[in-house]
Amino acid sequence: MGSFFHRHPKLAPYLLLAPGLLWLGLFFLIPLGFLGYQSLQSGVFPNFEFTWEFSNFSDALSDYKTQFFRSFLYAGIATVLSLLLAYPLVYWIAFKAGPWRNLFLLAIVAPFFVTYLIRTLAWLNILANEGPVVGFLRDIHVLGANEGLLFTSLAVVAGITYNFFPFMALPLYVSLEQIDPRLHEAAKDLYANPRQTFMRVTLPLSAPGIVAGTLLTFIPAAGDFINAELLGTPKQQMIGNVIQAKFLESLDYPTAASLSFVLMAMILIGLLFYAKIVGSEKLTG
Amino acid sequence: MNPRLTRNELLRRGAAGGALLAFPSILAACGGGGGGGSTDGGELKDVLNFANWPLYIDVDKPTTLEDFTSQTGIKVNYFEEINDNAEYFAKIQGPLSQGQGIDRDLFVFTDNSRFPGILVDEGWVQKLDKDLIPNIENLVPAQASPPFDPNREYSLPWQSGMTGIAWNEDLTGPVTSIEQLLTDPKLKGKVSMLQELADSVGLVMLANGDDPGSVSDDSFNAAIDRVQAAVDSGQIVRFTGNDFAQPLTRGTFAASVAWSGDIVQLLADNPKLKWAIPSDGGMIWTDNMLIPAGGSVPTASTYLNFVYDPAIAARIAAYINYVTPVVGAKEELAKTDPETANNTLIFPDEETLSQVKQFDSEALNNDEYITLWQGVLGQ
Repeated sequence: MGSFFHRHPKLAPYLLLAPGLLWLGLFFLIPLGFLGYQSLQSGVFPNFEFTWEFSNFSDALSDYKTQFFRSFLYAGIATVLSLLLAYPLVYWIAFKAGPWRNLFLLAIVAPFFVTYLIRTLAWLNILANEGPVVGFLRDIHVLGANEGLLFTSLAVVAGITYNFFPFMALPLYVSLEQIDPRLHEAAKDLYANPRQTFMRVTLPLSAPGIVAGTLLTFIPAAGDFINAELLGTPKQQMIGNVIQAKFLESLDYPTAASLSFVLMAMILIGLLFYAKIVGSEKLTG
Repeated sequence: MNPRLTRNELLRRGAAGGALLAFPSILAACGGGGGGGSTDGGELKDVLNFANWPLYIDVDKPTTLEDFTSQTGIKVNYFEEINDNAEYFAKIQGPLSQGQGIDRDLFVFTDNSRFPGILVDEGWVQKLDKDLIPNIENLVPAQASPPFDPNREYSLPWQSGMTGIAWNEDLTGPVTSIEQLLTDPKLKGKVSMLQELADSVGLVMLANGDDPGSVSDDSFNAAIDRVQAAVDSGQIVRFTGNDFAQPLTRGTFAASVAWSGDIVQLLADNPKLKWAIPSDGGMIWTDNMLIPAGGSVPTASTYLNFVYDPAIAARIAAYINYVTPVVGAKEELAKTDPETANNTLIFPDEETLSQVKQFDSEALNNDEYITLWQGVLGQ
């Protein structure tokens, strides 16, 4: 084997890539092809016909623009919230927690030991009208006697933020943890105040973590449907709920498939813009 | 006493049936299959794979399933895997549409969904072997001829149930009409309806003075507009399946559109829960047992015969609190448990039955209605 690579050094990277590519080809590209085929069908279950029905895409967009908008709004807010919550926490763990680092990291990952569904159902109880949070907020008159938190946009965004928090925190931690503390000392030696040190040293060096964290949070959050299903009302339904219902409730596979494609395309376009912005000198320093 | 088959007789009939059935199946194979093997029923097996909804069979020992095994020697693998008609259908339609079995001999779909009709039309279910079901004579006459299976060739009812309004007495007084459910300011933000179109739209149609048994575009639109208004005003917060039960018990919901048997079962631990048929009328529906393609017809038919024995039907109904489709079950139960036998939720009397309607079966398949209803659900 070794001599084979010596004789054909150019083949080595392809051979190393092969298993992954094969896997993606079999389980991503081929199903994607089927999904594309299905998205151009027309008819009523179970009699669908392939008719190049491109109107599925325009209908998907125009009929469900509210849910698309809502998905990106909720996912966007949740991503920003996760970032704001995770950054100071992870900063502290990386630089100040010392020997307790691993314990705190474990605490961030710990909710993942419980299934997604159960974690979200827990929020039903946390935010319930009889629960402690609403009780406290009513006592301090933030909420009126008849107001609640459950079944509001706030509840859905809170659920998404909570559920995707580790996806933000872990990449952030990795990028912060790699920063050499001597760089902070060097900044101090050069008369940078703490704020300048953070803005000019820490933040730029942690940018890859921010980018990875926001992508890992935003993309799945935009397609999420469990939080809106359990914590929201019909007025909080996201595009994931629509796709789920089209596939499983109304058995309208062509619409469901075209909605999936539109969602993918939108995320991809957003991603390209994002890459263009963060790819510029500004963030990466 | 109704005829009961001995194990020997059963095996004999099963074998004979199997031999008879094998021959047409060869012909069917030559002729290109022709839709879902209503002829190839397979042989009598010693295991029955039965898919049903949760909390839908007696579990006190000895259970009726155990008695079935000791009477016939057929072991039952009972799967509580159906939570929602649409979801379960989505799961099984893949293999069935490819002509594959799903490793089940019996499953249960509700007649107020379009799925029993699709299953029959697509040939994804098999005909019952009525020779093995002499107890079929105990089927209540009202259930003899449903639209999706007019001669009961493919299906038999498991249980029926009613859709009405349940409320939590800790939070509200009686909620006795849809009007009150959808507009009473005291219930605002604490109301749930059922996700199943026939349940919720049916009740609202009755409240509108329309007939849910014969749906028109106008009456349908009027009903969903009324539901939409209650969603927009924040009155209704959720559309649920069986999962209304916990929030209603906890008080997250004050009132819910709910199924009768669930509330009777919950009543045991939560006396503050009440259920009533709304003043303008309630809905009634029936869950049907069907034999999926690839399942063993003789084995499933044997079980169907067993549950259509009034004594067995009485035991199941008394435990799960739904309406049994078996004539004579009430009399059987009256011998041992007269109180339960007089529960009109389990054995509805004429008066109760006059208050409930069945949903228009054609409207269930109307694609436009389904899309409109999904819109109300926010989907």
